[in-house]
Amino acid sequence: MAKKITLNMITQRSVEEGVGIVSGKMSPEYFEACSIIEMHDDDVQALGLFPNQLVKVTSECGSVIVKSVKGRQTLYPGLAFIPQGVYANQIVPPRTQATGEPQYSGFPVTVEPAPLGEKRKSTLELVQGAVGLWRGD
Amino acid sequence: MVKKIENVGCPFCGVCCDDLVVTVSDDGKKILEVENACVIGSTVFHRAMSERHTLPRLRQPDGTYKEISYDEAIDYAAKVFHNAKKPLIYGFGSTNCEGMAAAAKVAEKAGAVIDNCASICHGSSFLAIFDNGYPSCTLGEVKNRADVIVYWGANPAHAHPRHMSRYSIFPRGFFTGKGHTGRKIVVIDPRHTDTAQMADIHLQVKQGHDYDLFDAFRTVARGHDIPAEVAGVKREDIIEVVDIMKKARFGTIFYGMGLCHSDGRNHNVDIAISLTRDLNDFTKWTIMAMRGHYNITGPGVVWSWQYGFPYCLDLTKRDIAHMNPGETSSVDLAMREEVDAFFNVGTDAAAHFPIEPVKRLRKHPWITVDPHPNMATEISDLHIPVGIVGVEVPGIVYRMDNVPVQYRNVIDPPEGVPSDEELFERIYERLCEL
Amino acid sequence: MSELIVKNGFVFDPLQGIKGDRMDIGIKDGKFVETSALGNPKVIDAAGKTVMAGGVDIHSHVVGPKVNVGRLFRPEDKLFKSPLKRGNRMEMGFSVPSTFKTGYDYARMGYVFVNEAAMPPLHSPHVHEEIRDTPIIDNAAMPVFGNNWFTLEYLKNNEIENNAAYTAWLLRATRGFAIKVVNPGGTEAWGWGLNCESIHDPVPYFDITPAKIVTGLIETNEHLGLPHSVHLHCNNLGNPGNYVDTLDSLKLAEGYTAKNNFGREQVLHITHIQFDSYGGDSWRTFESKAEEIMDYVNAHDNITVDIGQVTLDETTTMTADGPFEHSLRGLNNLKWVNTDVELETAAGVVPYVYSPNIRVCTIQWAVGLELALFAKDPMRTFISTDHPNAGPFFRYPRVIKWLMSREARDATMKTFKWLERTIDATSIDGIDRELTLYEIAQMTRAGPAKALGISNTYGGLVPGMDANVAIYALNPEDMPSDPEMIEKAFSQCAYLIKDGVVAVQNGEVVAEPAKRTIWVDVKVPDNAQVQRDIYEHFLRHYSVGVENYKIFDEHVHNPRAIEVDATQ
Repeated sequence: MAKKITLNMITQRSVEEGVGIVSGKMSPEYFEACSIIEMHDDDVQALGLFPNQLVKVTSECGSVIVKSVKGRQTLYPGLAFIPQGVYANQIVPPRTQATGEPQYSGFPVTVEPAPLGEKRKSTLELVQGAVGLWRGD
Repeated sequence: MVKKIENVGCPFCGVCCDDLVVTVSDDGKKILEVENACVIGSTVFHRAMSERHTLPRLRQPDGTYKEISYDEAIDYAAKVFHNAKKPLIYGFGSTNCEGMAAAAKVAEKAGAVIDNCASICHGSSFLAIFDNGYPSCTLGEVKNRADVIVYWGANPAHAHPRHMSRYSIFPRGFFTGKGHTGRKIVVIDPRHTDTAQMADIHLQVKQGHDYDLFDAFRTVARGHDIPAEVAGVKREDIIEVVDIMKKARFGTIFYGMGLCHSDGRNHNVDIAISLTRDLNDFTKWTIMAMRGHYNITGPGVVWSWQYGFPYCLDLTKRDIAHMNPGETSSVDLAMREEVDAFFNVGTDAAAHFPIEPVKRLRKHPWITVDPHPNMATEISDLHIPVGIVGVEVPGIVYRMDNVPVQYRNVIDPPEGVPSDEELFERIYERLCEL
Repeated sequence: MSELIVKNGFVFDPLQGIKGDRMDIGIKDGKFVETSALGNPKVIDAAGKTVMAGGVDIHSHVVGPKVNVGRLFRPEDKLFKSPLKRGNRMEMGFSVPSTFKTGYDYARMGYVFVNEAAMPPLHSPHVHEEIRDTPIIDNAAMPVFGNNWFTLEYLKNNEIENNAAYTAWLLRATRGFAIKVVNPGGTEAWGWGLNCESIHDPVPYFDITPAKIVTGLIETNEHLGLPHSVHLHCNNLGNPGNYVDTLDSLKLAEGYTAKNNFGREQVLHITHIQFDSYGGDSWRTFESKAEEIMDYVNAHDNITVDIGQVTLDETTTMTADGPFEHSLRGLNNLKWVNTDVELETAAGVVPYVYSPNIRVCTIQWAVGLELALFAKDPMRTFISTDHPNAGPFFRYPRVIKWLMSREARDATMKTFKWLERTIDATSIDGIDRELTLYEIAQMTRAGPAKALGISNTYGGLVPGMDANVAIYALNPEDMPSDPEMIEKAFSQCAYLIKDGVVAVQNGEVVAEPAKRTIWVDVKVPDNAQVQRDIYEHFLRHYSVGVENYKIFDEHVHNPRAIEVDATQ
């Protein structure tokens, strides 16, 4: 059981995320749709995770706490998926290869069980917090 | 008596379904029912009236928002434009063409950079199209003629829920009376997506290696040999799919962010286009970008006829337009801290840009124009609410295949809330006075 | 409103047979009036200058989806090729200018009416949006019919009345102006990657020949009595030896007479006929057959043509002739855009460089000029460049220069790498004819207006018509010895008056009077069969609902409808 593994991350649309967006980014639908990560069973096992356990995902530019869930859309070992949006963008590298497009898909991340006590943050806390406007609630 | 409004366009994704039927209350103020929409479209209509602000909100020194009048907001916005050296107006995925034209007029007057969501989405497609062209068709051609469909790096089951039933897999068109059973569906994706569930063949390509796979396809199509495995896909499978493609009567490759967002960006799309060109030597093939929003095609179309460029328009010189993605693209401008004011219109950059450019943009005045609160409004200096296009404001939108669709409104915007077009026209007038 | 008097100019108005008389032109409330009806007019001094009606362009690709994709996919058409802003809006682009630049540049040349060459009906809201953003000039747009499934089915069954009802419906649904036909049948075949090689080659599945499509549409057009005639882009365009197909197409008009209340006399207009006037059987033996073509055109007065002159520029080809564009891509291997449009048409766009170093290009250049110079009736042969296919529209003054000056043609020919081979393959070197200002007026305003069926409003200076006047700094009694001055004068008119408002002065835009969208509103008897067919096709085959397909009134900019009553 590894404490930390390295995976290749992609971030894209999911229909739940779409419903979440139009329900509002502060809505519970958005929170549940986007603060998740899907990995292959082998990788989940390698990390020793139990279903829906929180994990910490770290990339070259930051980290985020998300919930590990089993999705319908199977990946292969080594590949991970977080729906596009607030949570994914905590870790998506902004490098654009001079095209304007950040590296939304295909960047290395390390995944480990979330440290004790660390929870998923709300979207407001993540974004307002990043720019110094978070007042707590 | 409730009113049933037919032929309503859905303001969410690039499929632009125009067959929605919306039932509104007798007084024309409430949306009661939506028929024919997918779950996302349905939610758009049902949630239209929730969490609406009807006046602009200005950030106070203590961090809270205070409501101000539209005139005050317009004055504030015009002054931000006027005082900034290089303001950036970005977004336009979710508004009408009339709004885009008015915003461009403001950008030209103020000397701003104006950009749209393609910058972080199908910009890779534009770059490839600039080099290689775009052999494409309208979605009705796919419906009526196509017998082979390839989804490459796209997941319409999630991003364009009615795409397969309206256009590409299930409809019985003029020459495709057998519907689904008369078509071969190939999905090429690193994941076994819900779209792949509907496919006859799923090639589980190694993420980020689509370019290699396209190259293998082209090589096989031209009758040459390839290694035993390319990009995680076995030679036999590649040969099988290429054979299917060459024997098609009419085929279409639909592609999405799998190509545009991965390493290689525009080169992935470029080679996809080259493959399509190659296949036209054997039979009829077209390729189509799966544009995400219901009118993200709009700014590309409108600004092309007004300025000659579809995105990343630097109008700061005021007398000539300049486009250079990588230099004049929003995320790059933000990362290089070249922008000193940011207008977020019909999008949510605070949620969809990586967080670092958001931080850098936030160091300067940030104004958000959007019907609803979102991440951008909650960190802006000024939030100006506007009417929802497709629900409260009519207008022309461009579908993913560049076909214009005339959208209607089913209810009116809340009292006093302008459309994007009206708002930008008023900002333009105020700017002329300054 | 205001009164103007254009004083003392040399007036050329072929609609009235005025050949350079010095006279005054009166304008009041946006229309021409007798000078005696004026009280206190503002004076526009036209002494020593040429006065004509505002220019009328019968065929140009300026608004619409394929034009726009031509803009979108060619950033290089803007880079270092765009002027700095002078007027109200920025002006960008060279071969495919932005809509603002299009309006301004046409106005600078003294044009007031531009007929958009092809509108795919499904995209009509797009066309109308671009028309709205094209300042000053009035626009009409021609929907394409030659590959339309309704048209193919009706004409296959000889149902002219049904086709007429559908045509009227489509003109209204798209606010279109005329029946445009591009590569009839061939573009539907292109939906399968095929083409119709000749006018007798039947369309796959629909099993109708291009010849029958054309004659059926001519009959439809005359049945309705539309202002303009069928406007045809011939099959087999662009290929060596195609002049035989063109003659075949021209012959389809034999026996038909024009029926309309608009003064139109032709039943068939062949557009950019330069591209259809080639002999030889390969690029090696490529030669001009302009003389043979014009022998026929001159002898048959129910035909009009526009030349489609190659200007020897780097430009962008764009046409609904999908298969042709695909083959052009095969010739030069440049980027290629293609769009098949369901049930209706297709388009292809490919950049092209007409180089004076390439023999085929210089022969093409000669073909266009020969067509105009062999013309016996300048009221039936018009100047065009099929903008941007053979060259950008702002080269019209250069085309005029070539037609008016043998010296100018010689100067250009001296730049040809393969001059001797070009001379061998063409007749251009043996032609000394130089067109006169009167003939130019026939070919650029009076003739096109008459052929379009709008000569009661545009193309002349007759009291009652819209007051559109172009004044050029050319003195017919003292023409410049340097032909470059001809080009300069026509590029930067001394004045353009549109609807009685001075819009351009000394080549600069000084005002933007409101522009109009011109369309044709045809009344036909109710036709239940056609209504049913429309309902069925939209239900099953189109990807847009019929109620959203028909353009909403609010998206049509400042419309002016030409009414036609075909209810007999």
